This record gives sequence, structure tokens and C-alpha cells, in this order.
Amino acid sequence: MADQPTAMERFVQGILPENPVYRQLLGLCATLAVTNGMKSALTMAVCVAFVLVCANVVISLIRNLLTPHLRIVVFTLTIATFVTVADRVLAAYMFQMSKTLGPYIPLIIVNCIIICRCEVCASKQNVVIAAADALGQSIGFGLALASIAAIREILGTGMLMGFRVLPAFWPDWVIMVLPPGAFITLGLLLGLVNYIDFKREEARK
Amino acid sequence: MSLKKSNLAQAWLVLLLATLFGTALAGIQAKLGPVIEANKIKETMAKIPVLVLGEDLAAELAAENQTLTIKSRVIEIKQNGTTKFYTVYDVWLPDGKMVGHVVKADGQGYADKIELLLGLDAQGKSITGLFVLDQKETPGLGAKIMEDAWRGQFKEKSTENTLAVVKGGGGKEDQIDAISGATISSRSVTGIVNTTIANVTSQLQVTDGPDDNKSPAVQNEEPGKNKERS
Repeated sequence: MADQPTAMERFVQGILPENPVYRQLLGLCATLAVTNGMKSALTMAVCVAFVLVCANVVISLIRNLLTPHLRIVVFTLTIATFVTVADRVLAAYMFQMSKTLGPYIPLIIVNCIIICRCEVCASKQNVVIAAADALGQSIGFGLALASIAAIREILGTGMLMGFRVLPAFWPDWVIMVLPPGAFITLGLLLGLVNYIDFKREEARK
Repeated sequence: MSLKKSNLAQAWLVLLLATLFGTALAGIQAKLGPVIEANKIKETMAKIPVLVLGEDLAAELAAENQTLTIKSRVIEIKQNGTTKFYTVYDVWLPDGKMVGHVVKADGQGYADKIELLLGLDAQGKSITGLFVLDQKETPGLGAKIMEDAWRGQFKEKSTENTLAVVKGGGGKEDQIDAISGATISSRSVTGIVNTTIANVTSQLQVTDGPDDNKSPAVQNEEPGKNKERS
């Protein structure tokens, strides 16, 4: 496997060039659901990062023992274990946040970003590369969630993380913190990312 | 079939990992379970004033820096060979007058166990409030059982009759309007409330103070349904 990406390449790819949300369009359920506030978005990003790094490392360590037809079962088992850990820790030490996020933390189990990284990277490459890959993808996911949450929270409530950022006369666009706001924001941001890409491509020609 | 080809032999890694992970999770649960339980009790204690007094009175009480006396006890109901446990919180006003009870109840929902706090008046004649302590219903549908608008329907309902879930409308007494798209969640909650009331109301008694548990001195004078509470 000579043409497999190196650790550095994997790390950088995850952040922007292959951003899980803007480029791969993965994990959109969580992206849409928890970005109505910056705090819940960041908590979700940290939980996903924890699960992704742990799962990638474990899968990479046992990658030579995997059999093709049982690998998905092993991935799911590993991911589910770390998700349960994250869920319990959150319920014990951040009880209110755990109630706000509700079932979305257990639902990380079916977040396709993680199973995708296990399949694409961790089950084929060594543990250092797998960890770098997981970190890169986690940062990419975190940035994507934070960008959407920032726009939604600021326009929807005039505040960010509980601090007022827009003047008090701002008519809070409540729709932005409701589900439609998630689709509108994600759609516009995706369009923007594609537009920038398109312009860059043109400039290169 | 040789051992090598048997399903069990192929799945050794899955079995091993399942055992390892299972053990690790059991350890984590043993360590964090009590902390999570304590969080729930803390939340229960914080919700009790609103559940028995209503938002306004509870806020008034808090403004005057008065606190309610809350005492918990566990009652067990034996039924058809199974035993069900309820935690009951008896609540007294600062002056010693009993205002009501809060019962912690649980039951199966659509997705997972639903835990409820049910507020009842001192005589157990009507519901004073309902709060969802824990649920994992479908977001956007079943999870609406947590919203004030829906669980507010239970307020003031009499405990004499069984509550029924109806689709659309349901303004009548003893009726609860189902959440559209989440009839099962609505039925689950209403079912838990009905069972709890059926099991628990006979165990509630009006006592004068927290230390006066044995003698139900001031029994409900006359079971008037619409009697003013405190």
C-alpha cells in the first residue's frame, strides 16, 4: 500500500479539503439537530471527537485481525462502547447539557463520519495515521458545527454563548434556532463553499 | 463442519470484544451511576415546588425565601406477583400544612423507559403537575411529551377517573389530546399516570407535619373534588 496518505496528509485533509460536513456531507443529522446553540454544538463536537479518536485507534490496533464480513460488526461494537462512555460521562457531569442533547448523543453510534473513518483509514493504516486522521476529521466536524451554530445562534437570539453580540434592537429571527433555520444555514454555507471552490478553480485556469 | 469454518470460531474477535467492552461499560456504570442518580434527585427536588404549587405560588415562595419541607419514602405495590416501587415525596408548607405529594413513576415508552414526576394534591384527588425526568422518545415527535403545552393538559385533572388519550380535540374532562405523530408516546405517558394514580393514591395521607407520619390526624374532611388547596 504505497499510495496511502501519510499522517500529515490525513490530518490536513479532514479539516478543510475533505471536511466531513461541507465536503463529504456526512453526519448531517447531528449537524442539523444540535447547531441551534453554540454550547450544544461544541459539546457534540467534543463527544464526536472523543468517540472518533478512540474508535479509530482501537480499530487500527486490531486491523490485522479483522475479517471482511465481520468488520462492520466490530466497528459498530467499538463505536457503541465509546458512545455509551460519552453519554454516561455527560449525564454524570453535565446533566443539563445531557438533557438538552437528549438522544443525539446515543445517536452518535450511527454517525456515518465515524464508521466511514474506520472503514477508509483505521482498518487499513497504522495507529499514528489513524489517530491523525481522526483528529483532522474531528476538527473539521467541529469547525463545521461551530460555523453553523454561530450563524444560527447570533441571528436567532442576538447572542453567542450567552453574550449579546447584536444590538438589542435586533429582531430575533426565531426561525434560525428552529429546524428550518438549520436547513437554510447549511444550504447557504454549502453553496458558499462550492462557490469559493468554483472561483478558485477558474482562477487557476 | 470443521471448527475453523464454524460461526463461533470466526466470530471470536467479536465475542472477545463484546466481553471486554461489556465489562468496561459495567465498570463505568458502577462508578457513574450514583452520580447520575444524584443529579436526578437534585432535579426532582428543584421541580417539586412547581409541581405541587404551580409556577406562580412556587415563585412567590422562593421570593419570600421560604422553603417547603420535603420528605421522601418508598412504597411498594404488589400486583399479580410483581412488585412495583414508587418514590413518594410528601410536601409540607413552611407552616406545617401539607400541600401535596410528588410521585416518581416510570414505564415503557416508545423508545426507552420514561421517567415522570407526578404532582398530586394533599388528598390525592387531583393532579397538580407533570414533569418528564428522563426520556429517549423520537426528537420532534415523541419528545414533545416534555413540552409544557402537552404535559400541562394533565394539570387539574381529577384522579377519580382513568384518563383517556384521544386524537384531535380532547378538551373534555378525563381526556388527553395525543401528540400528532406520537400516539404511542402520548399513550405511554398517560398509561404511566393512570397506573401510578391507581396504585398510589390509597397510600397518600394528609399529615400535619413531617414528623407526624404515623397518625393521619387531619384526614380529608369531606372528599370535595374542587376543594381549595392551601
